[in-house]
Amino acid sequence: MATSVVLQKVEKRYGALDVIHGIDLTIDPGEFAVFVGPSGCGKSTLLRMIAGLEEITGGTLMLDNDRMNEVAPAKRGIAMVFQSYALYPHMSVYKNLAFGLETAGYRKAEIEPKVRRAAEILQIEKLLDRKPKALSGGQRQRVAIGRAIVREPRIFLFDEPLSNLDAELRVQMRVEISRLHRDLGNTMIYVTHDQVEAMTMADKIVVLNSGRIEQVGAPLDLYNHPVNRFVAGFIGSPKMNFLKARIAAVGEAETAIQVCGGTIRLPRALKGAAPEQEVTFGIRPEHLSAHEDGIALAPINVELVENLGGETMLYGITPDGQHITVALEGQQKVERGTNLAVHFDPSRCHVFGADGKAM
Amino acid sequence: MAAVQDSAVVVGGGAQARPVAQGRWASIWAKHGAGYMFLLPWLIGFFGLTLGPAVASLYLSFTSFDLIRAPEWVGTANYVRIATADPKFAAAMQVTFLYVVLSVPFKLTFALLVAILLDRGVRGLTVYRAIFYLPSLLGGSVAIAVLWRQLFAGDGLINSLLAQFGIEGPSWISHPNYSIWTLVVLSVWQFGSPMIIFLAGLRQIPTDMYEAASLDGASKFRQFYKITLPLLTPVIFFNAVVQTIDAFKAFTPAFIISGGTGGPINSTLFYTLYLYQEAFGNFRMGYASALAWILVLIIALFTAFSFLTSRYWVHYDD
Repeated sequence: MATSVVLQKVEKRYGALDVIHGIDLTIDPGEFAVFVGPSGCGKSTLLRMIAGLEEITGGTLMLDNDRMNEVAPAKRGIAMVFQSYALYPHMSVYKNLAFGLETAGYRKAEIEPKVRRAAEILQIEKLLDRKPKALSGGQRQRVAIGRAIVREPRIFLFDEPLSNLDAELRVQMRVEISRLHRDLGNTMIYVTHDQVEAMTMADKIVVLNSGRIEQVGAPLDLYNHPVNRFVAGFIGSPKMNFLKARIAAVGEAETAIQVCGGTIRLPRALKGAAPEQEVTFGIRPEHLSAHEDGIALAPINVELVENLGGETMLYGITPDGQHITVALEGQQKVERGTNLAVHFDPSRCHVFGADGKAM
Repeated sequence: MAAVQDSAVVVGGGAQARPVAQGRWASIWAKHGAGYMFLLPWLIGFFGLTLGPAVASLYLSFTSFDLIRAPEWVGTANYVRIATADPKFAAAMQVTFLYVVLSVPFKLTFALLVAILLDRGVRGLTVYRAIFYLPSLLGGSVAIAVLWRQLFAGDGLINSLLAQFGIEGPSWISHPNYSIWTLVVLSVWQFGSPMIIFLAGLRQIPTDMYEAASLDGASKFRQFYKITLPLLTPVIFFNAVVQTIDAFKAFTPAFIISGGTGGPINSTLFYTLYLYQEAFGNFRMGYASALAWILVLIIALFTAFSFLTSRYWVHYDD
């Protein structure tokens, strides 16, 4: 039976400094929610407030419709995996896993099967007698997750748990945590600054910036329909191209935009658009093509070519001197200095007003 | 003739080799000379004031030496007498062990408690740290020992305070049952040095361990004995070894408070005080040297024992 998490106008202040500004958020039972955002955006603070490690200055935290603001961390039914793993270095893996249960007053006979089961789930049965210093980074991470599992919590919280692992192990652990979520079905909240982790693991992504939610939604919703320039730039890798542009003409079902020294005609009306308005034209590198389909953007002068095997990255300059990145499928032979005509599907491009909001 | 020729060859060879050797020394001097010059004060101190006297005292411990006549070799007679026919040695050992066993645990416990209090993020921490450290700087001095004597004398400040509550205190210093305690209290009062080290150790324990424990529902007390204490064991071990060695070597407080006698009834006769009496009271330098080397041996054995047992109770992270 999974648990819902509801934040109502939640605030956090340190003296005169506001770090979380009235956040409203609902995480449905069994959902895998990912808080993502740049360093200092308040995502870890928000997670710690849900855990009870930080006091909630204003607003309400509800777990399954019960107010939790004043409830002690241990009474919230929450387990947390820390960035540093927070394993007790003087205890064996078994003791680390059993600590929470011992503290809760379970008998030894009750503790052992729970520990063994968690160890089996995470494939760390053979490590139970070792101390943390004798474990690799990935093994430590598994023990940290195991410590959360044995307590059979209502909610799992993960605070950047993979950031200390190398790239290969990160991918592996990402898959394992997703599998764990699928198998256990608990509500999980995961904090990361890595948008790839967010895109691959989340049912729901919460994009935070300066203590405010910028957008909440499913990964592909955020990717396809970012509500503002911040989300558009943060979600997706490589990053979206942002090009200075100007509205040339506005029609009922068409908008002409001057961009890269040329004029393109988008077959749709833009909200709040007016002639001569300064805007930002956004297009993801993977949505630009060297084939002549869609709308032609001005030719770009290729300055650098990166052949990654599965795709070819081109870094170039537009006729009006703006930097642009193009990601072409497969292995393309493009010489440096080439003037390459690129095209795009008009349904894939984005236009942002001066306030950064999508039009 | 052949010999002359051989000799000439040898001389000739030597004449060629000398400049090479000189060149090598010159090269070493040019390369490392400045370093050795910087090292020289320490080398003089080490050989002249530490190693030299230590070796001399080891030799003297096998002699009879009264500072006036030349040392007379007596073999192991001093050691045999210490082991078999010196009741004062046994008394001094007893007092010293009692002092070590009482003062070190009390001092470390008190230092740890104060460090825990200071670790709770109190304002003006650096000021408190300095204030608490001050007794450690002053505690070994003659002046503080004299002050202590005044405090714990029969008509001293402690008894005056007790008299306010209608309690008639004993003469702490001149009563054989209490005199050792005045020295233990003086030792505990000098908790600053281990306290600073405990504080540094506490600061090294990651806060997320406590956070993880609090999510597990561990009370503050359980966090202390399940997390803080085990993770602090390297620091506890260090402090225990250093403080125990210091306690074995304690001299000034007992000398001043007992007026150099170790009384009453040998109740403050620290080992070092007895050693001093033998050396500079009875002018038995050879015997005192043997006592000194026995103390070295005791401290070395204790330290070795501490290190051997540390693997069972000291938790090192890496």
